[in-house]
Amino acid sequence: MAKQLMLGNEAIARGVWEAGLKVVSSYPGTPSTEITEYCSKYPEIYCEWASNEKVAAEVCAGVSVGGARALCCMKHVGLNVAADPLYTASYTGVNGGFVVVVADDPGMHSSQNEQDSRIHARGAQLPLLEPADSQECKDFAKLAFDISEQYDTPVIVRTTTRIAHARSLVELGERQEPALKDYVKDPMKYVMMPGMARQRHKVVESRMDKMAQDACDWPVNRVEMNDKKIGVICSGIAYQYVKDALPEASVLKLGIINPLPRALIERFAAQVEKLYVFEELEPVIEEQVASWGIACEGKRLTGRQGELSARKIAAIMGKELPEVNAVEDIPARPPVMCPGCPHRGPYTVIHKLGLHATGDIGCYTMGALKPLESIDTCLCMGASIGMSHGLDKARGKEFAKKTVAVIGDSTFIHSGITGLVSAVYNRSHITVMILDNSTTGMTGHQPNPATGYDIYGQQTAQVSLEKMCEACGCEHIVTVDAFDMKGLEKALREETQREAVSVIIARRPCALLDKKSKKAPLVSDASKCKNCGACMKLGCPAIEKREKHVFINPALCVGCGLCVQTCKFSAIGKAGDQA
Amino acid sequence: MKQMDIVLVGVGGQGTLLASRILGALAMDLNYDVKVSEVHGMAQRGGSVVTYVRIGDKVNSPLVEAGSADYVLAFEQLEAARAMEYLKKGGCVIVNSQKISPMPVVTGATAYPEGLLERLSEACDVVALDAYGLAEQAGEARAVNLVLLGVLCARMDSDKAAWLRAIESCVPARFVEVNKKAFELGYQTQQKQ
Repeated sequence: MAKQLMLGNEAIARGVWEAGLKVVSSYPGTPSTEITEYCSKYPEIYCEWASNEKVAAEVCAGVSVGGARALCCMKHVGLNVAADPLYTASYTGVNGGFVVVVADDPGMHSSQNEQDSRIHARGAQLPLLEPADSQECKDFAKLAFDISEQYDTPVIVRTTTRIAHARSLVELGERQEPALKDYVKDPMKYVMMPGMARQRHKVVESRMDKMAQDACDWPVNRVEMNDKKIGVICSGIAYQYVKDALPEASVLKLGIINPLPRALIERFAAQVEKLYVFEELEPVIEEQVASWGIACEGKRLTGRQGELSARKIAAIMGKELPEVNAVEDIPARPPVMCPGCPHRGPYTVIHKLGLHATGDIGCYTMGALKPLESIDTCLCMGASIGMSHGLDKARGKEFAKKTVAVIGDSTFIHSGITGLVSAVYNRSHITVMILDNSTTGMTGHQPNPATGYDIYGQQTAQVSLEKMCEACGCEHIVTVDAFDMKGLEKALREETQREAVSVIIARRPCALLDKKSKKAPLVSDASKCKNCGACMKLGCPAIEKREKHVFINPALCVGCGLCVQTCKFSAIGKAGDQA
Repeated sequence: MKQMDIVLVGVGGQGTLLASRILGALAMDLNYDVKVSEVHGMAQRGGSVVTYVRIGDKVNSPLVEAGSADYVLAFEQLEAARAMEYLKKGGCVIVNSQKISPMPVVTGATAYPEGLLERLSEACDVVALDAYGLAEQAGEARAVNLVLLGVLCARMDSDKAAWLRAIESCVPARFVEVNKKAFELGYQTQQKQ
């Protein structure tokens, strides 16, 4: 079959399909999201978006115990959420193969930290494979299921942004259909109470020891012997950079990172004069190799932050670098909320009222940037609510009256609900604003339980945010149109004053999805515009400041009307009204 | 063929991804190895986007490094200037002369730099054209990407038929004609001199 040019994530989906995968349960997270979306295009695979990564991993554990092959995909920080089931699933092992794909984001292209998932793999004593291109994404994903079943363990496949979101050529294979394995009641294996878990922990240790030996002969690791003066141990994207920067060097390319194939590494180290370990983020390989008494260099030269590159490695190794002719003083082009974004109105009002706001994870995190500058914190999924309650307990209810927790619909479902229950239970005074844009926006518009649609676009049960908040014990719940600035201001003024937990739901679909509400572009009447700058405070990319008046860019404006509401001089309106 | 490194830069939503996929399909059509590195997520929301395409007998890294691009395909002036660091000595910048103001310019915090194209022309080989106007002329304002690819095809002096096959394989059938027209208009700009 002819090769195809596939995204790393697309190739992983192809690999798991070829492996006879039956079920995928995931929560979206850049750069992992497309794996589950590509899987949903194969009719043989059942796919779902779970409410969060912990639930997704638990679903997959159930699929595995049920005798079928299961896949769970997430970004690196999602692995923290899923860590609870996974650390113990390491003890129970599997029935049907259980693979977790986790996508790390060195350099933080779209993340709040650059943690290294390989450390979780070591902590949980789970095998971890790391592909270096799309072909390996496909092959390793497939292999991971065989390893999972052979060694009775969940297996992690770890990618990084440059692997997940790069296209390279892939040779395709056929799908195999593994038979559904028997469901066996086996409490010593699947009920992790102390007595059973102590026995299983021994199994985990011996499994990892055996794998460390076996892996020395696996073709996922390969030695490329060249000049023996320099030997480099590397894996994943770092391998590609090393091949470009040091084509003359001898390379040990590792496919399995946990457990490390120790004997293979020792043999390679003995053959080269000077040994380097080039890896992004933490010195996971280097520290283990050094702990075996093998002299090697790595993190001292590369540092732990950001991405590596061929140029960076070439510079470290004293190579001549190509000349760079950069242009200085170019204005930055940061990401912005789209014209017609329903988050803009709430932030403008929060800014106007001078409220403190704890923020959360999503497009609306951009509310921290100029000119809205409304958010004071952004920590992790769901943190806005717990942090707001913490501020209340630290500074008292008068401070709570000047504070609002801002969270999106998908994030609220993911891990905001538990925070809200806890706040109500603990007599909090916080105000929560749910920005309900009816989608998971930042990751590319995935449906979630509050939207009433599944991954296939089919209608399903819809969680009512109002009823959910009521069931959490909130007595004060207000729903406002996110374009209604007066309504938003009234709700925020009233609800923040309450000495109880209240919730404001600011509702409007994402502007990128809601093509129906798109209206004719608005125009600013130069004769009425006083250039006061009130509309500029919205931070709308369609409104440009000119010398004497503002100009509304007709190519960008979607007619949402927020600027009409901010203008005291009635200078903005529909084109016809201005004549 | 020796390694060919191309960097595509623009503003989120301008169609750099489709252009990179067409280049990928072209490379496959010509039996070369190819890697394409894309940007997804936060940066897509109106921010600067950079896509790398590397074509050759054997491609390792999917990234084009500073000082090593043979071509920069810029969908906007400011982004062309920002991408200059990628260009290698003797490389060529193909730039859509359109200006799209970034937020700091929109809010008046800073001004859009004057004379960017002149500054670039002093530093390297620049092909500047109104790709947006040509795309509109082709009947689809969003086809700026195809106009720029047309220019690139002419500048690389490569097999035009292969490019047209690549376009057909990447573009939905109902948009093929308008995209080919935009490509042709871009191509023609390099034939007159």
